[in-house]
Amino acid sequence: MHLLSLLIWLPILGAIVVLAFGRNAATARWLTLGFAVATFLLSLPLWTGYDVTAANSMQFVESLPWIRMIQSNYALGADGISVALIVLTSFTTVLVIIGAWRPIEKRVSQYMAAMLALEGMLIGVFAATDALLFYVFFEAMLIPMFILIGVWGGPRRVYATLKFFIYTFLGSIFMLIGLIYLHLKTGEFSLAAFSHASLDAREQTWLFFAFLAGFAIKVPMFPVHTWLPDAHVEAPTGGSVILAAIMLKVGGYGFIRFSLPITPDASQEFAWVVIAASLIAIIYIGYVALVQEDMKKLIAYSSVAHMGFVTLGIFIALALVRVNGNADAARLGIQGAMVQMISHGFVSGALFSCIGVMYDRLHTRLIRDYGGLAHVMPWFGTFMVLFAMANCGLPGTSGFVGEFMVIMASFQTSPPVALLAAFTLIISAAYTLWLVKRIVFGPVTSEKVAKMQDLNMQEVIVLGAFAIAVLALGVYPKPLTDLMEPAVLQLVQQLGLVTL
Amino acid sequence: MINIAFNPNDLVTVLPELFLLGATCAILLIDLFLKQAQRNLTHVLSLLALAVTAWLVWSGSPAQATSAFNGMFVRDAVGTVLKLFILLTTALVYVYGRLYMRDRKLFVGELYLLLLFATLGMMLLVSAGSLVTVYLGLELLTLSSYALVALNRDSVMSSEAAIKYFVLGALASGLLLYGMSMLYGATGTLDLAQIHAAADFSVGGAHRNLLVFGLVFLVVGIAFKLGAVPFHMWLPDVYQGAPTAITLFIGTASKLAAFGMAWRLLEVAMGGLHAQWTLMLAILAAISLAVGNVVAIAQTNLKRMLAYSTISHVGFVLLGFVNATPAGYASAMFYMICYALMTAVAFGVILLLARAGFEAEEIVDFKGLNQRNPWYAGVMAIAMFSLAGVPPLFGFFAKLMVLKAVIDAGQMWLAIVAIVFAIVGLFYYLNVVKVMYFDEPAEKNALPLPADTGMRWVLSLNGLALIALGIGWGPLLDWCNQALLASSQFAR
Repeated sequence: MHLLSLLIWLPILGAIVVLAFGRNAATARWLTLGFAVATFLLSLPLWTGYDVTAANSMQFVESLPWIRMIQSNYALGADGISVALIVLTSFTTVLVIIGAWRPIEKRVSQYMAAMLALEGMLIGVFAATDALLFYVFFEAMLIPMFILIGVWGGPRRVYATLKFFIYTFLGSIFMLIGLIYLHLKTGEFSLAAFSHASLDAREQTWLFFAFLAGFAIKVPMFPVHTWLPDAHVEAPTGGSVILAAIMLKVGGYGFIRFSLPITPDASQEFAWVVIAASLIAIIYIGYVALVQEDMKKLIAYSSVAHMGFVTLGIFIALALVRVNGNADAARLGIQGAMVQMISHGFVSGALFSCIGVMYDRLHTRLIRDYGGLAHVMPWFGTFMVLFAMANCGLPGTSGFVGEFMVIMASFQTSPPVALLAAFTLIISAAYTLWLVKRIVFGPVTSEKVAKMQDLNMQEVIVLGAFAIAVLALGVYPKPLTDLMEPAVLQLVQQLGLVTL
Repeated sequence: MINIAFNPNDLVTVLPELFLLGATCAILLIDLFLKQAQRNLTHVLSLLALAVTAWLVWSGSPAQATSAFNGMFVRDAVGTVLKLFILLTTALVYVYGRLYMRDRKLFVGELYLLLLFATLGMMLLVSAGSLVTVYLGLELLTLSSYALVALNRDSVMSSEAAIKYFVLGALASGLLLYGMSMLYGATGTLDLAQIHAAADFSVGGAHRNLLVFGLVFLVVGIAFKLGAVPFHMWLPDVYQGAPTAITLFIGTASKLAAFGMAWRLLEVAMGGLHAQWTLMLAILAAISLAVGNVVAIAQTNLKRMLAYSTISHVGFVLLGFVNATPAGYASAMFYMICYALMTAVAFGVILLLARAGFEAEEIVDFKGLNQRNPWYAGVMAIAMFSLAGVPPLFGFFAKLMVLKAVIDAGQMWLAIVAIVFAIVGLFYYLNVVKVMYFDEPAEKNALPLPADTGMRWVLSLNGLALIALGIGWGPLLDWCNQALLASSQFAR
């Protein structure tokens, strides 16, 4: 069973089919939905079929020789971390396509095809175990995103999409140099071979910063986050959702797959850089979010702050296992980072969808144009409040689990770090609740707002699905953590073994 | 003394070139008796001549390097690969350019004959075994090219471009010849392999200064032909001024030939001085990358932009030479082939959109192309992303192999320079995509396309090849690598 190949190529094939036969907008929509649902259904066996007891955490392995001369293989494989992210990708894509059902009226087939192609490439990123293949998917996904923002985006879309493309390309091309260097060192391109390469401290340092350039921009970490608010604000709703829910996760995933296993010593030495940047993101960017007038910008900055928890969790784990020798807490840190990634995927996706709902009705994203939506759109108000609570990390929602785990892990290596990280509970509550207060509650501010219709069927499906995911993960995260446990354990053991 | 006995087997070795010469002369005669309406016959015959030549090159390709006429002419694997791609790109010039040239009343026999002679010159050049053959092939190519650039006699820009090309080209040829004379003076032979064997390249060796001095002139001549900074001044004007089909020819086929020349002169003859010329080429490459990419941003004319983009790509090709090993040359050759295929697509789309009295060469002419013709907008976008080096397209992998060769040579700073300017370059390629996809078209109607379905098919295939080769580039790379391994006579 070539399940992973199928998951990568089915949506890409779907993109071609939609482009070829999607002249009619309705046909294009239904065809795309068909492909997206099929991909989602096919991704479920990954989850159910993943054997958590097996000795090797990398499963569903496929390998075909690709370029013999440089020993690069078409090598795929998924561990629990990949499986979780792949399922997140296929799940979100279905919702994004349903969400675009009515709002996208211009060049429907191209929009849908870009979404499907993007899905295939994202799954490719999470499934590749060959560094060159990873890099190809990692970069290739910029092309559909570039088109998505540029064609269907807002007024400053050209600026935003060029900035997005060039910014991310800039980071990853330094990573490419690192990969070529590793290839020359090992003669291969497989990630397993890279992690066994014997690198001295100087080499590790350079490679660490090459990877950091690629992944920090993708996450994005402070201070290279500036492309994100622009891209988010100008992107169409679907683009924002994919960007926040999945593309940002590629950065965190990259840290786990590349930085930690390949350059463990340098990662340890420079963990303070990442931890400091994460704390700045959590606190400072949180304050920046507080003053935003544009809802999308607010959520974009909130994404940066929440992704700070991901990088914090990953790098605090490193300190835990290598300095304190506390493997259990390290597992907690990485698990927390992963749960936070998945949870943020749901929450940010849902919040951007909510903003899309409002934008489709009033064509403005400014907070001051709204008010009292609870009176005119009660269903919408309910969902919005739920997702806002998840964004603040209220217990019972998915937002709580990851943040709690990361703070717990941080506490065991450095209480001050944990204290600073815990500030997020206040800051994120401040900006999110204030946003909700201004939009959802209070008196109806204008006649335009009074005329707004409550959710239609597609919107109920999208927000409802996100709501179920947020609550399920918040109440019972065990299936997710169990799924990822073997991979996390293996990573922590590997980190514990290698010492300078 | 040189033995100048005639060996009949030599004729078999040069069979493809002989056939092309014969076919060209035959077409010259036939064309004389054709009326303008029958000119398509010349077109078909020329394509046929190229196809048969390609078949002869391919089928008679010897397992080992064979030389003819006392080493004047070498038939080896590198020559075979380059000739096949030269013939292919020349055929693309015919196919893409036919309607364009007809609309401009340039659909004349001379177009075909000059291109065929230029092709013959290129084939000689890439198979040269002696300095004389290098010069002979080069002059046959460039003299034909000067005339081709000036083919549109009534156009001021065309004539200006041709004069610039001619004056600077003659200067470069002179410098090259001067360098060759020094090599001859130092070694007493014109044969490339014998120069390598006879010359004492070691420090303090006899005539070493003369050899190094001669090498400088060779490098200048090569840099001029390739269009590397600071010998690039002719390139933008010629690209812009020449009829677009001819620009396509100069940008693709003749660059492949220039690669062959560079390899023959630098590796086969002067391999012993690689420490010297790699340094020269590294500097040329770095400034070509810088100037080409930065200046391209300011261009509003697409042909001119592609000219500066060519300069930057030449920088990448020279980077492959910096790793003076067969693997390094293979990466450079792979890059050149890739560049030729990508550029052919870009110029193909310009030719497709051009109509009588309308050139479609300004970037704004591509506004909203996606709404008017999504398929060819897609093809152009593929070419642009590929030129920019975005995976999964072919151009990325060519860059990857060159970067690998550079880092392998221990020149990390050059790799950093290359990628920094690749990012600068990204901007102007993306700008073309932006214009096609994000801007509204000036007129809403679907685009009137030329009736030449053959051209449209070939162009589409050419564009899809950039994706296909992006997925399956292994065999082509292996082919380049094996060719260079088989043809490298001197191990270091």
